[in-house]
Amino acid sequence: MSQDGVNKSRRTLLVGATAAVGAVGAGFVAVPFVKSWNPSEKAKAAGAPAKVDVSKIEPGAMITAEWRGKPVYIARRTEETLAILPSLNSRLKDPENGNKAQQPAYADNVNRSRKADLIVVEGVCTHLGCAPKYFAEVKPEPFDAEWKGGFYCPCHGSRFDLSGRVFNGSPAADNLVVPPYSFDGDTLIIGVDEENA
Amino acid sequence: MSKQQNTLMGWIDDRLPVTQTYEKHMSKYYAPKNFNFWYFFGVISMLMLVNQILTGIWLTMNFTPSAEAAFASVEYIMRDVEWGWLIRYMHSTGATFFFIAVYLHMMRALLYGSYQKPRELIWIFGMLIYLLLMAEAFMGYVLPWGQMSYWGAQVIISLFGAIPVIGEDLTTWIRGDFLISGATLNRFFALHVIALPLVIVALVVLHLLALHEVGSNNPDGVDIKKHKDENGKPLDGIPFHPYYTVHDMVGIVVFLMVFCTVMFFFPEGNGFMLEYPNFEPANGLKTPEHIAPVWYFGAFYTILRAVPDKLLGVIAMGAAIAILFVLPWLDKSPVRSWRYKGMFSKILLPVFGIVFLILTWLGTQPASGMFLGLFSNGTVAVVSTIFYFVFFLTMPIWTRMEKTKPVPERVTGGH
Repeated sequence: MSQDGVNKSRRTLLVGATAAVGAVGAGFVAVPFVKSWNPSEKAKAAGAPAKVDVSKIEPGAMITAEWRGKPVYIARRTEETLAILPSLNSRLKDPENGNKAQQPAYADNVNRSRKADLIVVEGVCTHLGCAPKYFAEVKPEPFDAEWKGGFYCPCHGSRFDLSGRVFNGSPAADNLVVPPYSFDGDTLIIGVDEENA
Repeated sequence: MSKQQNTLMGWIDDRLPVTQTYEKHMSKYYAPKNFNFWYFFGVISMLMLVNQILTGIWLTMNFTPSAEAAFASVEYIMRDVEWGWLIRYMHSTGATFFFIAVYLHMMRALLYGSYQKPRELIWIFGMLIYLLLMAEAFMGYVLPWGQMSYWGAQVIISLFGAIPVIGEDLTTWIRGDFLISGATLNRFFALHVIALPLVIVALVVLHLLALHEVGSNNPDGVDIKKHKDENGKPLDGIPFHPYYTVHDMVGIVVFLMVFCTVMFFFPEGNGFMLEYPNFEPANGLKTPEHIAPVWYFGAFYTILRAVPDKLLGVIAMGAAIAILFVLPWLDKSPVRSWRYKGMFSKILLPVFGIVFLILTWLGTQPASGMFLGLFSNGTVAVVSTIFYFVFFLTMPIWTRMEKTKPVPERVTGGH
């Protein structure tokens, strides 16, 4: 085809402008496709609080509750293990709850709990999301010769103390998450911050 | 080109280049005559791709992609659907043999320098296929919705959580929920059966088109196009069809004999292909004792675990795959095949193969004891991981340093 009499710069401008408008259009069209991957309204609504009777948990024992599909560990610590907690600081990555996102303000203490003996943490390893296992006894374990009780993740070997604080040498970087919770008598309400809510 | 006139074929050829295409890619595609055992695995990978697509289509006819029904529908396929067990085992065993073929195919490229100039694009398309194949296999493993499906998905998706700032939101976006749920299963089904297979097939076409543009490499790494006869045919080449089609048939039959033995007698592969915790329905509250990927992800999983830091572990794993993409530019050797490379290549290439196998094996082993003692799994994992990276990162040095042998003008051996 003859190119005589073609205004090249006008053509370049028109091609550029068309491409730019097309790109913007493609960007807008991409929005519904990208957004449709977000959690649906149904998924967002599934976050009702979980209620658990904690009066029957013996010292040293742990129960697992389900909240928003996640396991929540509720363990009653013995006086022996509670006394050990402050002495572990030098072996921990974040002994003093430096990462404030991992617990509500009322759990920002050495026990990481509202009630000293009762620890409530999400059973979701902060490494890659496996459910850590509960090893309450103070005795040498295959994964740690100086084990003082806590949680051990079978997937990649992350270790946490009985407050859910992560030990040095673990692949996980953060302490286990303490979910928002409150008490109504002996009933633990997971997912609600305020007392008697 | 032998154009036939006044025939049906001639009529079609005037409208669609069927004969021309057939000749370009089959009857007049000249492949080096000295292909050896290693050269079976390209065509075998194709065969496994066809197997996966065909059996996959049949599986979707009875599979239900929902958190409530997926596990039961797989059991339904296994127990109630006529021949359902066979089609499912062809698919699950096929995944393993697909990866065996692909790994041997890649090792072949490494040994004979098949990624070197001018075949860089072939290698890159191949790597993209491999990358998507890993995504495809991972998503496929989630579909039966057993314990390993669930917790495997949990671990792999959490890897994206290691990305600073956007990580957490990104994992939620991938899952479509605040945890692994039916939403995740459903989208993985869509990706596994439609999106990824389409892209993989397209990449295979590109892989082959790029290969047929520059021609196949061979165990000597010599260019067969340098010596042509009076008709312009390479002296050391033979037409792909019928010579290599018939030749490959032998390899395919032997490969299928091994495939069938495993499929009929060891379909679970002793827990390496179908893991035992996956015979339990998914339970979001309880992680199985021992989480391990299926064997073909073992090497990269070991590299992930060998680094005791979340972000760095993920970066190491990503880098282990990413570094393979730039292999054509790491090898500075003037020769292609290890036959004519120097001492370093002759030692390091086999050692790399062995280290990759060790990494693969370690990835299937439990995490406990990973960081204890000398010569424990943990130590071996760290040493092997370091070797993996040092091998590639120092490749520009030792391939340049070593003394190569003169490469023959024509291929050696062959028929």
